[in-house]
Amino acid sequence: MTEPLLDIRNLSVTFRTEDGLVRAVDGVSATLQQGETLGIVGESGSGKSVTMMTVMRLITDPNATFEGEVYYKGVDLLALPQDQIRSIRGAGISMIFQDPMTSLNPVYKVGWQIAEQIREHEKISKQGARARAIELLTSVGIPNAAERVDNYPHEFSGGMRQRVMIAMAISCNPDVLIADEPTTALDVTIQAQILKLIRKLKSDYGTAVVLITHDMGVVADMADRIAVMYAGRIVEQGTQRELFYDPQHPYTWGLLGSIARLDRPRPRRLAAIPGQPPSLMRLPAGCAFAERCAYRFDACETQQPQLLDRLGTGHLDACLLSEQRKHAIRTRTVEPELVEETP
Amino acid sequence: MTDDPGTHMAVLQDGPEIAAGQVLLRAERLKKYFPIKHGVLLQREVARVHAVDDVSFELRAGETLGLVGESGCGKSTLARCISRIYEVTSGTLTFEGKDITNYSRRKLRPVRRDLQMVFQDPYASLNPRKRIGAIIADPMRIHHVGDRAQIRDRVLELLEVVGLSAEHVNRYPHEFSGGQRQRIGVARALALRPKLVIADEPVSALDVSIRAQVINLLDDLQDDLGLTYIFIAHDLGVVRHVSDRIAVMYLGKIVEISPAEELYERPVHPYTEALLSAVPVPDPDLSAARQQIVLEGDVPSPISPPSGCRFHPRCRYATDICKTEEPQLTLRGSVGHLAACHHPLSVGARPPESAAAAVTGQ
Repeated sequence: MTEPLLDIRNLSVTFRTEDGLVRAVDGVSATLQQGETLGIVGESGSGKSVTMMTVMRLITDPNATFEGEVYYKGVDLLALPQDQIRSIRGAGISMIFQDPMTSLNPVYKVGWQIAEQIREHEKISKQGARARAIELLTSVGIPNAAERVDNYPHEFSGGMRQRVMIAMAISCNPDVLIADEPTTALDVTIQAQILKLIRKLKSDYGTAVVLITHDMGVVADMADRIAVMYAGRIVEQGTQRELFYDPQHPYTWGLLGSIARLDRPRPRRLAAIPGQPPSLMRLPAGCAFAERCAYRFDACETQQPQLLDRLGTGHLDACLLSEQRKHAIRTRTVEPELVEETP
Repeated sequence: MTDDPGTHMAVLQDGPEIAAGQVLLRAERLKKYFPIKHGVLLQREVARVHAVDDVSFELRAGETLGLVGESGCGKSTLARCISRIYEVTSGTLTFEGKDITNYSRRKLRPVRRDLQMVFQDPYASLNPRKRIGAIIADPMRIHHVGDRAQIRDRVLELLEVVGLSAEHVNRYPHEFSGGQRQRIGVARALALRPKLVIADEPVSALDVSIRAQVINLLDDLQDDLGLTYIFIAHDLGVVRHVSDRIAVMYLGKIVEISPAEELYERPVHPYTEALLSAVPVPDPDLSAARQQIVLEGDVPSPISPPSGCRFHPRCRYATDICKTEEPQLTLRGSVGHLAACHHPLSVGARPPESAAAAVTGQ
């Protein structure tokens, strides 16, 4: 196996707050290969964004403490001083965010904002940078880019703004693009446009993508490998096929079961996961998902399950149930309508 | 109408006055234009936003009508016209046989009891300085329903109905999670025992697992209380799950209205087809196998909507007639399936379910 482009090893992020320590990310390990798309799925507060913000070294809160390593091309990003991080940020790894309105500066023209980033990383004239900005805007599908380059962010629609963000993110040909809920604020039709664009960038430039989302549909469409996060930890990790056709963790079952799907007959009721995620300040001693899990047993309350390759196929999960038991339950949970409603 | 407070305090399972299946609400040629004004002293109207433009439909007691469409298509404006939060520009609104379009505020009061809303953002729709008990009691106090003790009992009863407990009554909104707040919003909407609940994107701000909880709750409440819903959402999966009938809106108009399952199996309007195909499918094989229609461009401005069929600039079937002549809603396919299109998609196209079964081999 080739050395991964990005190698996150045992990363933990803890915030000191007035009410106590919040362990937002707890021992997360993941790798990203050249040209690959890694999907990170989880609910709000599961630590998926904090993990990737840490990789970008964007968390500057003095109350945050970091443990573990993040290797990018053999360099530990967590140990780098800020000035060296700046040369990697944008040129090596770049990031797009959920809300393109708050991530663009409203008082500068979009062309200027893109050109600024190019000029930060390369020796290039103002005109040259502006020409590149127009080129980039064209490549992300903005019509009349030569005119639109002098527009302000508020003159663009939500989908167009996200395209501008993507143009900015790819302006220095990064190896890794981190997309944090890039389509959550957009309509489905616009979401389809943006996902198509990200796929095109992948095939044109071979960019590796980390896609953070809560939408299982989006990862089914985009990701090669998927990590499911819950309460700061990865609870299951595997290839896209493994996750969708052989999910091992009850939380993953719950996520798949609670979607109102268009590709299946309408179930009478959605299989909702009861309760809500635990507070990160008072995590239980055992499995963090135990109190919402219908299949918990005594060991779940006391023993914290480790993320292990229990099947011997590279498909990792953190659940104490035996493999046979999981298999038996899963057919009932993930495809309940297929089981219940057959006459 | 009886105004004896006692009757409003009766048990929850009380049959609605209009029997299930009868028309509860009728909207005819409803229009809502927002003026755009310029000038300092003399505010001249320079243009109009055609937010809702000639919308007609009927809603029967006990059913759920789903409203879908992209943002800016006018679905929320329509909801606010129906609940008379906005004054309509023209058209009529009939609720329980009474024309309420031009009711004064005073005359509207008893109608408002029967017609309540649940809003999208559970963070913005609850007053952060009020306790939960006061928030849920407010509608009853405003409408002078019941005395203090009765109101208190009703609040506790409502908390239980929406899956919260009596001990929550003295807490503030910030002490609750998003899903719980939305339950509080639902409890408040139910306080006056309404007949029609308009839910405007009630689950969009919630996480997937919580979303399913709230949808199931709304489902149960409909069964128990015989409620009628107008359910607005942009998530087509959610809308399909809750709705009996679905109306698809585009730029202020209903372009297709149909029984729920039929809309998904045999969409007639090209916009519906594109909307359905844009929904990501949580199944990698299916996702890879299907042909996705990616609509180009954005929704045009409702200030100067395109001529003819409003969808024609983005439609892949558009011809010359679409640019000049506006299609009317006409019956396509089975009973109650209407669409406004010059080139309706062939009825009897392969339904998605059989396509799904073919791929997964089930």
